[in-house]
Amino acid sequence: MADIPIKSPARQPDIHSIKPVDVFHPSWWIGGALVLGLAVLFIRLLVTNENLQWSVVWQYLFSPEILAGLGRTLMLTFLSMILGLIIGTVIAVMRLSRNPVFQATSWAWIWFFRGVPPLVQLVFWYNLGLLIPEVSIAIPFGPTLWSASTNSLITPLSAALLGLAFTESAYAAEMIRAGIQAINLGQTEAAATLGMTQAQTLRRIVLPQALRIIVPPIGNDTISMLKFTSLVSVLALPDLLYSAQMIYSRTYQTIPLLIVATIWYLVLSTILTLAEHYIEHRLKDGPPLELQLILKSLFKSKFWGLRRGEAML
Amino acid sequence: MMPLLNVERLSKDFGTHQVLKSIDLTVAAGDVTCIVGPSGSGKSTLLRCLNYLEVPTSGAVYLEGEPVGLRFKGDKLYRMSFNELSVQRQKMGMVFQGFHLFPHKTALENIIEAPMIVKRKGRAQATEEAHALLDKVGLADRADYYPRQLSGGQQQRVAIARSLAMQPTLMLFDEPTSALDPELVGEVLAVMRQLAEEGMTMVVVTHEMSFARDVADHLVFMDGGIIVEAGHPKDVLSNPQHSRTRSFLARVL
Repeated sequence: MADIPIKSPARQPDIHSIKPVDVFHPSWWIGGALVLGLAVLFIRLLVTNENLQWSVVWQYLFSPEILAGLGRTLMLTFLSMILGLIIGTVIAVMRLSRNPVFQATSWAWIWFFRGVPPLVQLVFWYNLGLLIPEVSIAIPFGPTLWSASTNSLITPLSAALLGLAFTESAYAAEMIRAGIQAINLGQTEAAATLGMTQAQTLRRIVLPQALRIIVPPIGNDTISMLKFTSLVSVLALPDLLYSAQMIYSRTYQTIPLLIVATIWYLVLSTILTLAEHYIEHRLKDGPPLELQLILKSLFKSKFWGLRRGEAML
Repeated sequence: MMPLLNVERLSKDFGTHQVLKSIDLTVAAGDVTCIVGPSGSGKSTLLRCLNYLEVPTSGAVYLEGEPVGLRFKGDKLYRMSFNELSVQRQKMGMVFQGFHLFPHKTALENIIEAPMIVKRKGRAQATEEAHALLDKVGLADRADYYPRQLSGGQQQRVAIARSLAMQPTLMLFDEPTSALDPELVGEVLAVMRQLAEEGMTMVVVTHEMSFARDVADHLVFMDGGIIVEAGHPKDVLSNPQHSRTRSFLARVL
């Protein structure tokens, strides 16, 4: 031991008693300063630019017309989602069926409604009366039981619901199918050898496991749907956006009213994102729920990323 | 006496590939039958045909004299629906190579699921029986663990308990120790050994030759979709009659 020369002289401190200094990254600091500068400029624009007219924003933020539009936007979002999920489940089950007619029909449905933009569909459904002037329920080759003109059935609301729900159904069908198919065949076999029927296996074994896979993307789709509902303004359906448009067409306060709509969309999508994260944490049987955890995971979520139908510009 | 299980001229094709070629096999009540053979010999397929997880191309399986998956009505023979078949499957427990425990349920919930849902037992009774079964497989303290919190050997023992909870007359084992780490094989074999001693009728597809030698009443050697040789394990293992049996045993023993 005594033969080995010890390199460090006595005046250096003990390596075990002090902490090393971290590596310095100049690019972090330069880049950070640059972005911070831009952020300051942007905030200054928000505060000082008089065209924003914040007083007008506050004036209209809780006006009855805007709140009524907000209510219609929420109603459209949830009705389209519920209708879309019901149709989507049927399409998914048809897609998994061994019946070739069911398979082909569900494939065509998904192909069509994923391929046609919702905006085109909305306009198309609204003008359905030009294609089919009259709808009737009748016994084939027999008497007509009930009939009505298509124009009286297709209101802006029903056209919007059809377009949005059908689009959603195509996406939901694929998510539900993928969720069911992700369950290992061994699970079904194990249930079968225990004497469980097909219905019992689906209800007790397959669906509970599939739901964990399906629910997060459905939550994501609900947030997308909230934003897609703004398309109905082309049908003059007074949703949140169209209510704002109606006001600024009278008052010419375009920017403040668009900001009112923006604020409400952000508030709603933030609430929906929090709800989605809450449900996701409940499904993962991980640690108990804490608001802090959910808020933290927000920053890692797809909420900030691209959603379907949003092109990278 | 009528055998518990009777397999008659059972064949199975996958496309043009014939996996089983006219298999005949009988299993008496209380017997342990071990099926051994090289991979691809059709032994797992044979086991899966017994409870109709695979539908045989031709031939028949009789359980207690009743054809499995088929039913006569007058002169006509009909295939059973899935739900009719599920009644027969209750009598045949099955343990898989990959365990296939239900991952969203605890060990206890895995065991009480089928008795409650299929046999409509009350939760209290099912739970009491499940605790007894967990005790039997040496996992009394693991009732509330989820499958992912258990080792492979523990998962397989829960899977055995889950099958036993349906009080089957016959237990099928499909390579139950093949997915396990070597040090965990013993605990599963010990449970199976205990079951055999209690008189459970068992059909076991396995690579564990020592288990086959010590526990089996009947050893079946399969190769190329046929039963090459069958008999008492001591005879087959120490005095194989066929060259294919000899070359297989030379490789595994």
